[in-house]
Amino acid sequence: MSEMELEEREFETVTMDINMGPQHPSTHGVFRMILAVDGELVVDVEPVIGYMHRGGEKLSENLDYRQGIGIQDRTDYLGNFNCEHCYVMAAEKLAGITPPERAEYIRVICAELNRVASHLMFMGAYGTDVGLFGTSFTYGFREREQIQRFFEELTGERIMYNYFRVGGVAWEVQNGFEEKCRRLVRKVREGIKDIDGLLTKNEVFIARTRDVGVITPEKAIAYGMSGPMLRATGVPWDLRKNEPYSIYDRFEFDVPVGTNGDCYDRYLVRLEEMYQSLRIVEQALDQMPKSGPIMPEKMPRMLRIPPSECYMRTENPRGEYGIYLISKGGNHPYRLKMRSPSFCNLMALKEMLIGEYVADAVIILGSMDIVLCEVDR
Amino acid sequence: MGYVLLGTIFNVPNRWLDAIIRLVIIVILVTVNTLALTYIERKVIARIQARLGPTRTGPAGLLQPVADALKLLTKEDLRPRLADRWAFELAPFLVFVPVFLAFIALPFAHDWGIRFLDLGLFYIIAVLAVNIVGWLMAGWSSDNKYALLGGVRAVAQMISYEIPLVVAVLCVTMVTGTLDLRAIIESQNAWPLILYQPFPAFLFIIAMLAELNRQPFDIPVAESEVVGGVTIEYSGIRWSFFQLAEYSALFVLSLLFSALFLGGYAWPGALHAFDLGWLPAWIPQLILTFIKTSVIIIAMMWFRGTFPRLRIDQLMSLAWKVLIPLAFVQLFADGWVLVYRPFGWGLILGVISAVLLGIMAWALGTRFQQLSQRPAREERVEYVRQLMAGRSS
Repeated sequence: MSEMELEEREFETVTMDINMGPQHPSTHGVFRMILAVDGELVVDVEPVIGYMHRGGEKLSENLDYRQGIGIQDRTDYLGNFNCEHCYVMAAEKLAGITPPERAEYIRVICAELNRVASHLMFMGAYGTDVGLFGTSFTYGFREREQIQRFFEELTGERIMYNYFRVGGVAWEVQNGFEEKCRRLVRKVREGIKDIDGLLTKNEVFIARTRDVGVITPEKAIAYGMSGPMLRATGVPWDLRKNEPYSIYDRFEFDVPVGTNGDCYDRYLVRLEEMYQSLRIVEQALDQMPKSGPIMPEKMPRMLRIPPSECYMRTENPRGEYGIYLISKGGNHPYRLKMRSPSFCNLMALKEMLIGEYVADAVIILGSMDIVLCEVDR
Repeated sequence: MGYVLLGTIFNVPNRWLDAIIRLVIIVILVTVNTLALTYIERKVIARIQARLGPTRTGPAGLLQPVADALKLLTKEDLRPRLADRWAFELAPFLVFVPVFLAFIALPFAHDWGIRFLDLGLFYIIAVLAVNIVGWLMAGWSSDNKYALLGGVRAVAQMISYEIPLVVAVLCVTMVTGTLDLRAIIESQNAWPLILYQPFPAFLFIIAMLAELNRQPFDIPVAESEVVGGVTIEYSGIRWSFFQLAEYSALFVLSLLFSALFLGGYAWPGALHAFDLGWLPAWIPQLILTFIKTSVIIIAMMWFRGTFPRLRIDQLMSLAWKVLIPLAFVQLFADGWVLVYRPFGWGLILGVISAVLLGIMAWALGTRFQQLSQRPAREERVEYVRQLMAGRSS
């Protein structure tokens, strides 16, 4: 198009720096983006992170393998159970502990319901980013409330669950766990249909998100992206299928994969993932042993892990969450490195934003579904 | 000078006193209307969002707008030091006063109105176009990049959507043959104009949403991008002028829509059919006006709760590529039918209009993606690369 030829421009323009500062309704936490724009086109972007750094990895070095679970909760506060799962699995791998069956099933149920809750939060916030006044937000949170209430009955906490332990889970589930869970799954499935009806076929929503923030599969792999961001570009990589951990190989579920790599595909992938997670929960409820231990018999009071190291990874709602655990003997890690999916996904922000319009910057950032606590740890 | 109120005729001998009384009536109308509409909006949108809205201040939250007004009154009137003083302080007035003026020509019932102008429709459209200047002044004079972005976008959008608005109004004028609002309403005693001009009605609704900066056209006040847009540096009562203007304009345009297309106070038959001896005519007329205006207002609030925001280039494409061409086709078709008056010309008008409406619905339903005006991504990225290479060398 001729207007894009640089030589034919009649006048000089100057790029303007727009600071989407740490306090901004759309930056999903304390994240700063300095956009250099030329008219409406984004020419350069400088992301500034670090506002949420709390020294999680260093703190974990001083906490033993039960205290450290709280840190994992707070790292990704939307996908808590998945982070906890990774941590306890890493410790179990090094210590050679196998959690009992019932505990594994409870863990999977919690992790998958947490995935649904995280994606509901995404739906809510994303609708607000796109410009819907807040309707998707309340719809998403209505379902999330139900899940959180269920977890409050189970663990006593609405967000920072701190329920998994090395070897199993902390305590037995509540009375009526199975029927409450089934009812929850039914209700949440109905509620997701509401959000589906509001956004998926909404022409304005599609017009805002289609072909926006496109990234090719090769670039996505090069940047180390994972999770729904990667699957939306067409790469069918899901750790639950490709490298099954825990008992995920016993369940039958599909992995939604996009075609375009744009924001609309990411939304669709996450929407479908919610339905698949609910499917996993139902199968887990069917297969779960009705009674049994939730911790192995001979668990030491204070877990000491022999000197060794491992890397354990799980499929978080945001992507591949990894924990590299180095133990030098003793009851706390020598080094705990958390590989957070949001941090790696955020690396591609510049790639996706340059050449897009300012109005789309917020939409693209929203579609990445980053959690700043995870980015900064 | 005399005017009818509650069935009795008031005669005010002094013309200045009469004018002052009329203006005071407008002030009261505008204030009450804004208070009521802010409350209703919050409640309606809350219900769409599965929550309740204001419930604490006063019974069922009815005193909430009063609380808001009091809070705004007690806020400090800030002005950024580098802001252009006169433009900054006058801009809210330029936005608000034209809407105030538009109230003068609105007919609420056959005898109920401030002034019944022969050119009422023309006057209202002309006056409402003045607030565009106010938005630009507000955006430019606040020393703020976000305000500037918001102001420029606001002006582009409002100017573009003036054209479909005016064309829709022109179609109505041609069909009814008059600009006098009372005459237009009373000519719809038998059939409302929406039946044989549905497409201009639709144009009017879309243009109305764009003029009011409401979803899906609220880029200028986009809350999640340019927070508050043009109004970002205004506080207290100055800011509330923008709100007053928006809600009053919502009322004016909704009343105008119901007057032009739904028959105002006259359909169905309130001019004669309801002529019971004991019931003064203005009661059913007022009720009809109220019902129709309320339906439109609540529909606008419904849209606000369910539509995401269009991007500025999509918005402009919608206006220039879809609405304006079809609007002109409608105008020419109307003109042709009205000049040659073939047999059953009313029906022909309706059919042509419905066909155009169908074309637009098809275009929006299936081709919405192609509204984006921008070039392909590779070209944009290449352009940016060249730009940055040129800069750094």
